[in-house]
Amino acid sequence: MNRWPDKGRLVAVGLIGLVFMFGAPQVLQLFTVINLTTAIALAVLALSLGLVWGFGGILCFGQTTFFGLGAYAYAVAAQNFGDTTGAVIVAILVAAAAAAILGYFMFWGRISDVYLGVITLTVTLILFNLIRRTSGPEYKIGTALLGGFNGTSAPPLQVPWSGAMLFPTQMFYVAMGALLIAYFGCIWLTRTHFGRVCVAIRENETRAELIGYDTRLYKLGLFSIGGGLAGLAGILMANGIGRVTPDLFGLPYAAQAIIWVIVGGRGTLIGPVLGAFGIFYLTSWLGTQQTVNANMVLGLVLIGFVLLLPKGVVPWVMERVARPRRSAKAGRARVRAGRRAMQPAE
Amino acid sequence: MDYAAVIVLQVAYGIANLALIGLGLAIIFGMMRVINLAHGEFLMLGGYTVVVATNNGVNLWFAMLILAPVVVGLIGVVVERVLIRFLYGRMVDTLLATWGLSLFLIGLVTTIFGPTTTTTVSPPVGALKIGDFFTSGYELFLIAVTLALFALVYAVLKFTKLGLLARGTMQRADMAAALGVSTSTIYMITFGLGAAVAGLAGALLAPITGVVPTIGAAYIAKAFITVISGGAAILAGTASAAALLGFINQAITFITGPTVGEVALLVAAIVLLRLLPTGITGRFFRRGL
Repeated sequence: MNRWPDKGRLVAVGLIGLVFMFGAPQVLQLFTVINLTTAIALAVLALSLGLVWGFGGILCFGQTTFFGLGAYAYAVAAQNFGDTTGAVIVAILVAAAAAAILGYFMFWGRISDVYLGVITLTVTLILFNLIRRTSGPEYKIGTALLGGFNGTSAPPLQVPWSGAMLFPTQMFYVAMGALLIAYFGCIWLTRTHFGRVCVAIRENETRAELIGYDTRLYKLGLFSIGGGLAGLAGILMANGIGRVTPDLFGLPYAAQAIIWVIVGGRGTLIGPVLGAFGIFYLTSWLGTQQTVNANMVLGLVLIGFVLLLPKGVVPWVMERVARPRRSAKAGRARVRAGRRAMQPAE
Repeated sequence: MDYAAVIVLQVAYGIANLALIGLGLAIIFGMMRVINLAHGEFLMLGGYTVVVATNNGVNLWFAMLILAPVVVGLIGVVVERVLIRFLYGRMVDTLLATWGLSLFLIGLVTTIFGPTTTTTVSPPVGALKIGDFFTSGYELFLIAVTLALFALVYAVLKFTKLGLLARGTMQRADMAAALGVSTSTIYMITFGLGAAVAGLAGALLAPITGVVPTIGAAYIAKAFITVISGGAAILAGTASAAALLGFINQAITFITGPTVGEVALLVAAIVLLRLLPTGITGRFFRRGL
């Protein structure tokens, strides 16, 4: 069976990504490039949720748990080690381990998807409250003060083994490169045997179990990978703003992550990424307008998509684009129909 | 002895607080299987109703006990008609839509009242002296109100015709409809009642916490933990989960301070769900209401 029926499209996405990566810093102002680094960090977070929710059916409302933990672990470790390469590894491992522990309780407890959403949301909100209260000098890990509401500083990334700090433009290259690698890594993952079993579990968990798969293990694996990826997003975010604050755990980011995936499209990986960029620019634009409250617009966007376009933009566009060509090129259409069958059932 | 009485009162208040926050959510969830992520914002609206009403010279007791539940209940009915009724049976979608509603309400209230704390209402009941100790009389009042509220909801569900129809619709909506009950109206009223209880809770807690547009986030985590740990039975579940988690929270808070207390609450709830995935009333008090 051909696992790469859309080779052409993937190459195109990769090329566009590379052009953007090396072109954007040449034409855009430094301020915009720094802003874009933040947007890329959020896109990685969207990708992690798109993987966990879209391909594993794990309704994680608190993906920011691992986002925030990754950012904090990076900042604390970098302040302690004085070197950031180890800190990056520690941060990703901490985030993935947190996901594994939380996942163990949820999947082995056989909690249904709706409860799962609420529990993950609760975890991130409680962490938000917890970290916010750590303002005293007694709250420190190693030499790093947690700093409560104001957070703590995140040392910028260094070139491995040399100690030279990265400039904002170089940071942009790193972030964009990480996004591209993460994106294609996720594409590859969803087409391995492991990824296909995860999709099968999403479609019908009981059936997957009866075939003989331990669905809990597969979900735990996917959830941990998603957690690690969200941790990577946290590292990029910490570098984008230069600080880590409890806001990374807060409701606004948690809600936005869901909105990116809903708007972009569940069951695709490019959708959440595009959704993150789109909503990032919508909220920045609303922020400069000062007329309408951003939360109000985001709320309406979410309600509107749930009621009117629950599939999201990317699957909707793909259906429209794919349909007229079907009669002309029957062979390729059959492949497309096969791919459409991989999309989540309503 | 007096010291023990104060501690017992604190624990009772912790339990009553969780039960009060969770009850509105439990009614909507238990009756309609709709998880209302805008629950925290309903509480917030209750608080703002009190602030606006008292600023306009309305009696505080009237604003808190009558006006807030009525206003938020009506908002709940409107929300049900405009949004929720299209989404029955689509649990995940109701979750997402009510989350959108939550963001919308936060944005709306921020636009109207501004992002900072609005005039706080001072507690209408003074301090209470127990032996050598002073304790908040208002907390005692809240415990009493919570008990009364649970009794009232129990009485409505158990002894009125509306309660009978609501319980019937909850168990078998199709059968109730076949017997001539307008299930759509029942759902509307239930959602309104749940919202009203949430509004009352928000109004009662406003003097303690103050009112900010984003206050809902502070309530919602605790409310969800309580209701989900409680399980399917509305009153028995909420009460038992609030008793267990409230006790753990207050005990740990008493020993180590509030930071760890809240984490202990969460950890206890997650461990509890690992042991009893269907909540406390999935295993015990199954015939409770």
